[in-house]
Amino acid sequence: MPQNYVPIFIFIAFIGILIPVTLLAAKLVRPDNPSKSKLMPYECGIDPVDSSRGRYTVRYYIVAILFVVFDVETIFLFPWAVQFKALGVFGLIEMLIFLLILVVGYIWIWKKGALEWV
Amino acid sequence: MAQNFGRVDYLMALPIILLTLFALGILLLDLMLPAHWKKINALTALAGILFSAAGVVKIQLALNAAGVPGESAFLNSMVVDRFTIYFWYLFLAGAAISILMSVRYLEIEHENHGEFYALLLFSVVGMMCMAAGFDVVLIFIGLELMAISTYVLVGFLRTDRRSNEAALKYLLLGAFSSGIFAYGLSLFYGLTGSTSLLGIRSGLVRLAAAHPYHTDPIAVVALLTTATGLFFKIAAMPFHQWLPDAYEGAPTSVTGFMSVAVKAAAWAMLLRIFLWGLYPLRTVYVALLIFISILTMTGANLAALTQSNLKRLLAYSSIAHVGYMLLGLVALASVAYPAPAFFDGLKGILLYLLVYTFMNLGAFGVIASLRQRNVIGDEMDDIAGLYFRAPTEAVLMLIFLLSLAGIPPLAGFYGKYFIFLSLIESGHYVLASLAVLYAVFGLYYYMRIANQIFMREALDKTPLPISVGMRLALGVSAFATVYIGIFPEQFIRIVNWSLGIAQTPSVASLVR
Repeated sequence: MPQNYVPIFIFIAFIGILIPVTLLAAKLVRPDNPSKSKLMPYECGIDPVDSSRGRYTVRYYIVAILFVVFDVETIFLFPWAVQFKALGVFGLIEMLIFLLILVVGYIWIWKKGALEWV
Repeated sequence: MAQNFGRVDYLMALPIILLTLFALGILLLDLMLPAHWKKINALTALAGILFSAAGVVKIQLALNAAGVPGESAFLNSMVVDRFTIYFWYLFLAGAAISILMSVRYLEIEHENHGEFYALLLFSVVGMMCMAAGFDVVLIFIGLELMAISTYVLVGFLRTDRRSNEAALKYLLLGAFSSGIFAYGLSLFYGLTGSTSLLGIRSGLVRLAAAHPYHTDPIAVVALLTTATGLFFKIAAMPFHQWLPDAYEGAPTSVTGFMSVAVKAAAWAMLLRIFLWGLYPLRTVYVALLIFISILTMTGANLAALTQSNLKRLLAYSSIAHVGYMLLGLVALASVAYPAPAFFDGLKGILLYLLVYTFMNLGAFGVIASLRQRNVIGDEMDDIAGLYFRAPTEAVLMLIFLLSLAGIPPLAGFYGKYFIFLSLIESGHYVLASLAVLYAVFGLYYYMRIANQIFMREALDKTPLPISVGMRLALGVSAFATVYIGIFPEQFIRIVNWSLGIAQTPSVASLVR
């Protein structure tokens, strides 16, 4: 049914208009004062221009994995918080068990020194 | 809507919960143990397995008291029936023997960390979920828990390049095959609107009624992708390449564990999915299975002939055993439900997995004990003249090898016997003859190892020190291999008991 796609085309058209308008509005409003380090792709302290074969320390991976673990934990906590009343005591206990398992992992990485940036 | 689970639900998950608690406990306990007390971790892990087994016994008693063959739990996402209980015991036994083999091996490798035992237990937790899962979501989560723990175990020798390489290969192929598997399951969900194996089955029956003259092509694509994922996991032939590398690089006790427990778990999952969920598609997958099983037996037996590394040789031999077990599946899926070939085929596969657990763990145990301070001990030359260095071990190894080859008074014979019987009963005479032929091939390469042990001079004549745990593991394995071979009746009875509800109608009555 082609008419079922009408909302999708409306979405596409809306996106096509919204993005240029937002960018243009932002350009008009903001103070424009660029510098070299501001224009770098990633402004997080690492020189972004390097050989792509270069190595960097494995600690970044550990931090990234830890981030993912606790990020996913939050994703699980969020719907529970939204439905807190409906889930009741049962939901609370289940969530505490989930957190307990994660806390064991947290204690473990802490003791193993994965949280220390040497 | 709050879903409150009852006492029955938690009782059915008791062994899984206990094992998880012990694994978490080992992680915390390990932080407090001084370096020379690390053996306590192994004891804790064994205690965890004992408690878990006690939990299984409790479930069995509860089921007997209620007079039911099984019980479903957690909104029918898991079913604990005799099939599940059988596999749970199998996993626990395999894990216990592997732990006994690991203690000294890890000390020699200087990797004696508590995480090893914790990961092993977590992996068993995953397997138990796979065997009990009646919902593809639970099965998949169990699969991933098992697989991720095993990837780490394979790479546990952090300073060894081979171990790292093996772990990386296993991780990449495992992740890839899990992806294909999940894709197939998602197609089935799209076709039938259910993640429960029972729902998938009834959906497929509906679909077959709607298209009486041909199978729905999407169902065939879904079957092919699901089957590819499953074949990766059991390492059938065109999807086996990860296995020799992973087995060779992994610590030997882990290799033993992978070759029995992980393989049995993959088989439990495969049988559940093929016989319960996808049973309406059996005419399609029987053709596929015949092709795969012939390829697996041929390829693996030929490849095993030329191996000079013991772990690689046993890896190819384990692929060949998968080929034989697939033949049992061919036999049982090519006949209608109450035919004798159906039961003999399933009996063959289950008995094969049982005897394989003991004989293969035993063989890997002997190889693990060859590892010394300065010898890696997995080449043919390292086992040469073992008879003159450790006569008891050499004789035990001979028993394991003969059993693997399927020589009559030993356990390995009965696994093969029921599979060949079911093949003949279902009329697959050519396949049965081929299987017997390849069993002779197998005898050749197993006897090559025996030849090295007994007929050659030892390169290193010092007697081999064997730890207490290893003695116990080898003793239990050898005893089981011989005992099952001489007194098979009670084990056949156990297997018969576990297939009591091998078919869906009775499972359907369990699901509330």
